[in-house]
Amino acid sequence: MAWQFEAGTPIYRQITDVLLRRICNGTYPAGAELPTVRELAVEFSVNPNTVQKAFAELEATGAVLTHRTAGRSVAKDAALISQIRTRLARKIVADAAAQVRELGGERGEMLQLWEEIGHDSL
Amino acid sequence: MIRCEGMTKRYGAFVALDKIDLELPKGEIVGLLGPNGSGKTTLIKILAGLLRQDEGTVEINGKPIGIETKKIVSYLPDQTYFSGGMRVSECLDVFSDFYADFDRARAEGMLRELQIPLKAKIKTLSKGTQEKLQLIVVMSRQAEVYLLDEPIAGVDPAARDYILTTILQNYRKDAIVILSTHLIYDVEAVLDRYVFLCGGKIVEQGMADEIREEKGVSLDQHFRDLFRYDPRNNL
Repeated sequence: MAWQFEAGTPIYRQITDVLLRRICNGTYPAGAELPTVRELAVEFSVNPNTVQKAFAELEATGAVLTHRTAGRSVAKDAALISQIRTRLARKIVADAAAQVRELGGERGEMLQLWEEIGHDSL
Repeated sequence: MIRCEGMTKRYGAFVALDKIDLELPKGEIVGLLGPNGSGKTTLIKILAGLLRQDEGTVEINGKPIGIETKKIVSYLPDQTYFSGGMRVSECLDVFSDFYADFDRARAEGMLRELQIPLKAKIKTLSKGTQEKLQLIVVMSRQAEVYLLDEPIAGVDPAARDYILTTILQNYRKDAIVILSTHLIYDVEAVLDRYVFLCGGKIVEQGMADEIREEKGVSLDQHFRDLFRYDPRNNL
């Protein structure tokens, strides 16, 4: 299977996450039409109702709009998507920081690493 | 859509299914899970109308199993029933003759995608390809109930992916798909609901994603945990 899901997290939440990332990185640009439930179910090899549930989550954030007749699209509101993007990025950094702390890392070490790695990879 | 009440099936003194109560709504993909000999095939055969329960009631759409229910049930047996000497096209002929809801064009389309020639004899096809062919004809019926007995047993991972994808592509909101397997890990992402059988009894049933949410483990892991402590464990 193309997708490996984390064992202990509900699959709909993992799919919500993947779709949100695609919206943030422009794979699905603002205002664009989204793939259908069936297309995504086949792509991820998951139950269509799971994709449906992921869409419901995305609708709740406002990032995805459901149209009565014409499927679903990404919100046109660029500011909203940029906000969501920032929130995602913050969470990723926070998770990384938490792990370094778990290793016994200090604030100074963390900042230094961040500086070095950010310099190399961004 | 499917309702069983107090359903019991015996083979002589052996109780294959023991007072099964089950209610399954349409629009779902249901995993009938459990070790070998737990009663999965017997349950599917009763729903398909190939066996009769000794006690209790079994209904599909409010009707007892019979001619009416057989029309709307598409059944994939756990063993191949096409004979080796038949050609692929003859298998399609059989389905066209037997089932008014068989969509031949759809089946031929799927066979073309897989480059399975219509003229090929069944015995020249690999086991994986035979399994795919059987699934294709079964899923090409516009049925309301799909009963798939061990659709992914004994095939390689690529064939397994193809089979699961085919099930997902043919999924419809107005139908129910019941698939039996002991390979929980491979199917758990496609399931809405699971019914876990052991020793002819339903040990547990529920929604697959709720297990992950509530217990923080995969369905596969959940059953490994469950059975580690169970005296009936014969996994």
